[in-house]
Amino acid sequence: MTVYYTKEHEWIRVEGDTATVGITDFAQGQLGDVVFVEVPEAGKALHKGGEAAVVESVKAASDVYAPVGGTVIEGNQAVVDEPSLVNTDPEGEGWFFKLTLADTHELNDLMNAEQYKAYCESL
Amino acid sequence: MSEQLLPLDGWHRRLGARMVEFAGYQMPIQYEGIIAEHKWTRESAGLFDVSHMGQLIVTGPATEQGLAALLPTDLAILKEGRPKYSLLLTPEAGIIDDLMITRRGDHFYLVVNGATKHGDIAHLETHLPAGAVLDHMKEQALLALQGPKAVDALARLAPGAAELTFMTGAAFALGGVTCWISRSGYTGEDGFEISLPASEAERIADLILAQPEVKPIGLGARDSLRLEAGLPLYGHDLDLSTTPVEADLVFAISRRRREEGGFPGWARIAAELADGPIRRRVGLIVEGRQPVREGALVLDGEGNEVGKVTSGGFSPSLEAPIAMAYVPTAMAAPGTVVELAQRGRVHRGTVTAMPFVPHRYHRKGAPQ
Repeated sequence: MTVYYTKEHEWIRVEGDTATVGITDFAQGQLGDVVFVEVPEAGKALHKGGEAAVVESVKAASDVYAPVGGTVIEGNQAVVDEPSLVNTDPEGEGWFFKLTLADTHELNDLMNAEQYKAYCESL
Repeated sequence: MSEQLLPLDGWHRRLGARMVEFAGYQMPIQYEGIIAEHKWTRESAGLFDVSHMGQLIVTGPATEQGLAALLPTDLAILKEGRPKYSLLLTPEAGIIDDLMITRRGDHFYLVVNGATKHGDIAHLETHLPAGAVLDHMKEQALLALQGPKAVDALARLAPGAAELTFMTGAAFALGGVTCWISRSGYTGEDGFEISLPASEAERIADLILAQPEVKPIGLGARDSLRLEAGLPLYGHDLDLSTTPVEADLVFAISRRRREEGGFPGWARIAAELADGPIRRRVGLIVEGRQPVREGALVLDGEGNEVGKVTSGGFSPSLEAPIAMAYVPTAMAAPGTVVELAQRGRVHRGTVTAMPFVPHRYHRKGAPQ
């Protein structure tokens, strides 16, 4: 299992050809209280960089872009029903969706935990 | 305009506030989180720094006559120490700003919005007669203590202030400093607004914050609280293109002035009072959970744009999205369902009487 990160503050946990995607603790801290989450439905084809989910806090709406392409296996109904999970457990229970990776080479462009930490500190 | 520092800038940072640019100042958007701060204010007491707002004094022999020519308020019956909500208006009845005006002895004290204060000052200086002199009290800070337990906290610090009722004000000693305190605010809760010397602001803010009922509250919760209270925000729900009648602010136009006029915009206001405005500011409760925000379009049954959302967000008290919008008068009755378009999606909203959350002011004659 490997966890990758994007400059858009998403995390991607990869097991085999399956990936789980969410937003990072840094991202939820910046957003503040999350009040609405929309996740993609199973079967939806996502292209890298395309709109995949929506997250809204009290103050602002943000799109979540697909960090890698693939086919959605499951959207997390738990965060739809209880959006505050994104604040309380962003990198655990607050995941957004799972997908089957279309092209594992797309992972090569992403950051590892150490690189992401350095990236956040540079902001 | 470069960002300026407010008297409590360092104080906010020490308390862990997240600072953002607002009205040309660095201001605290939140401390522990908007929803927690919002709920704390509704349940206990929140301390807001609103020192960005403009505090003005107008004095001199022509003051009352000069201000009466610019405001729709009946100053002749405005009693000492009774803050009154008023408006600066253009000749076309557009709203230049909304404000509070209080008679204090030989002068009037005005509190205007931070983002518009420089324009307001220019407007006043241009239109006031020679016998009315305006002073911008840059050396004053302004705090608001809001919530059902605000009175308990303040009673310990400013003896006598608890005797004030809603929309009254007077001078009180607080921490050895003379402060102007009024029982008023922008949250829909009971509470106070405290004008004090900027040089004493940190010490007084610390005294208030040391009370067990009180936590610091940022601009984020100030916005969600005022939205729930149905109170418009200048630059969003009010601007030069909106009139007091459209904005549902007729209460700001005193009865005598409605009949007699003699203030900017009266002709249009009188016509709208007689015939009804073509559009109105209304409250909306939005279906689902997704907030519909400022800029979303109001659509009629055929999908035509007929209005705009001017404020919108998630109500922590109702746990539902709420909004204010301008809609055609025919769609303004409570219970009317409207369609709202935002980022390619259509939401349904129901016109709802405001406030969304009942006001809990401490009115004269109410039990202590």
